[in-house]
Amino acid sequence: MSSTMEDVEPAVAPRRRRTLRSFGTTWASQIGITVAFVLLWLVFIVKAPNTFLDTRIYVSFAQTTPYFALIALTLTMVIVSGDIDLSFPSIMALGMVGFIAVERTTGNVELAVLAAIGVGALAGLLNGFFVTVMGIPALVVTIGTQFLFHGLTLVLVNGRSFALVEARDSTAYGLLVGRFVGIPMQFVWLVLAAIGTWLLLYRHRVGLNAHVIGDNPQAAQLMGIPIRRTRTLLFVLTGMAAAFAGVMNSLQVSNFYPAVGSGYLLPALASVFVGGTSVFGGRGTVWGTFIGAFMIGAIRAGIVAMRIADFYVDLIYGAIVLIAISIHAVLQRRFER
Amino acid sequence: MGERGDGRAPIELRHIHKSFGGVRVLEDVSLRLSSGEVLGLLGDNGAGKSTLIKIITGVHRPDGGTILFDGKEVRGLNVDKARALGVEAVYQERALAEQLSLWRNIFMGRPITRPLGFLDVREMRRITSELMGESMGFTSAALTPETRVTGLSGGERQGLAIVRALHFEADIIILDEPTMGLSLKETDKLVHFVKGIRTAGKSSIFIDHNIFHVYSVADRIVVLDRGRIAGDFPTTRYSLEELTEIMREVAATGSFKPERHRATEAASEADGAEGAS
Ligand SMILES: Nc1ncnc2c1ncn2[C@@H]1O[C@H](COP(=O)(O)OP(=O)(O)O)[C@@H](O)[C@H]1O
Ligand SMILES: [Mg+2]
Repeated sequence: MSSTMEDVEPAVAPRRRRTLRSFGTTWASQIGITVAFVLLWLVFIVKAPNTFLDTRIYVSFAQTTPYFALIALTLTMVIVSGDIDLSFPSIMALGMVGFIAVERTTGNVELAVLAAIGVGALAGLLNGFFVTVMGIPALVVTIGTQFLFHGLTLVLVNGRSFALVEARDSTAYGLLVGRFVGIPMQFVWLVLAAIGTWLLLYRHRVGLNAHVIGDNPQAAQLMGIPIRRTRTLLFVLTGMAAAFAGVMNSLQVSNFYPAVGSGYLLPALASVFVGGTSVFGGRGTVWGTFIGAFMIGAIRAGIVAMRIADFYVDLIYGAIVLIAISIHAVLQRRFER
Repeated sequence: MGERGDGRAPIELRHIHKSFGGVRVLEDVSLRLSSGEVLGLLGDNGAGKSTLIKIITGVHRPDGGTILFDGKEVRGLNVDKARALGVEAVYQERALAEQLSLWRNIFMGRPITRPLGFLDVREMRRITSELMGESMGFTSAALTPETRVTGLSGGERQGLAIVRALHFEADIIILDEPTMGLSLKETDKLVHFVKGIRTAGKSSIFIDHNIFHVYSVADRIVVLDRGRIAGDFPTTRYSLEELTEIMREVAATGSFKPERHRATEAASEADGAEGAS
């Protein structure tokens, strides 16, 4: 069968240019963002050595960045498949309602953690239902469910917050927010999640399907890819990650308050785009999101440590984000035709 | 030569109807593809050709009518079932994911996997590399299985789409406007290639809106006009000139009046039963 197409001559570009281009498209922007990250860190070390040469700030980063970085990882997959999720901050809190309910009735913290993750999965399933069955764009759906989940949380807990001091003695506490050879468990979970996300996105059929759906939904349909199932699964995973992050955050501060997720929406989204994932779908980078999250997580602390006046913080923050995004735009365009 | 085939019909459509949002796209379409036959499907843009083949490949569900594979009715046809029944298609839209690598494009929708759904990347790369050398004629060393589709020319993309369809060893190969966007030379090679499908004993549906491309490869030409079958013409009995004239008339009047063409009249009597059943 193969006999005849071999005559169709490809229009061959000069070899060197093409090799460079294919290398470039794959790596340039990721190398770019990594270099930017290292440079930023060097600036912090030079300008604020007392802070940035001390392990305490690294412990702090390792505890606080994973809350949104974990979600940024699953969000990367959602965005690769051409969707978006803005409801995860509310799911962080809603999952905790499940946690409180189970913890207060059974006293079992481990079971409570699973309950929270289950609630997160259900919330993601609801997002997936509206997006894939009702056919409403994810942006619109998740703006709606963000309010819905937040409202539901407030109603269920009567707007109260809950102390979680007794949970400190549980195994779950040690596993989620304890230390492992000195490293905060939040960071350990983040690394595990990053490896898992990478495997799912690049080495699993779910990731292949997500890429095709995000790149060319029509091709996905023609090639028989399970579009609804794949998109829904990614919303479910994001819901689970959000709920898990909500639990970690609440256990760390030994308190649950309904606004636990507020403030994480933009850092998580910024991590994904600073990392170099395409807002148009079809292309994403787990490494970029990981690096991006720590950039986003460190900028504010870095600026403060450099003793720059408070009112400059947002200006510099915004400038760094824009520079990072421009690095991707320039490098990706340069290496594509 | 006469009609090809051994009398078996790998695919038969009976009284297929299809509407999109209230607009009738296919009306009472019946069609029979014989084994070992190259069927040319001809018709203006918007006639419903692509919709018809997407019904065969399980992408669209018909609103009415029956689909038979090897004489047996198949219900709830979907893309996976159609593949299992040996149908592969090169769609007009190409159905490639631009930002993805060649191997991901070849295996999209049916990757080679290990347990738990993990991809056997090495195997898929190896096969892609082989296909690139043998079948696609991608001899440039700069093209690897990891190359993205973005950098490929129109001919290379078409080659990729065709090789993808062929790799899975289909018995029925559907080509929807495969010459679109190809150079003259590439078109010649494609026509040569479709003849190869027949030599290999497989069946094919070749769609084009250009009669010159279809005539030279097809055993039989079915003309679709505004969602209806306007005629069924074995290329052994009609010259290219006659068919061109018929096509002109179909385009002008929406139907074809056999009394004006004596040769055609005889043929349509002979073929009537087959075309309608
Ligand atoms: N998925 C779809 N949704 C709505 N209308 C469609 C769809 N696919 C095709 N059509 C319409 O059906 C008609 C026939 O289209 P098509 O089958 O692509 O024709 P052809 O391939 O012969 O050019 C056109 O009017 C087209 O606009
Ligand atoms: Mg068409």
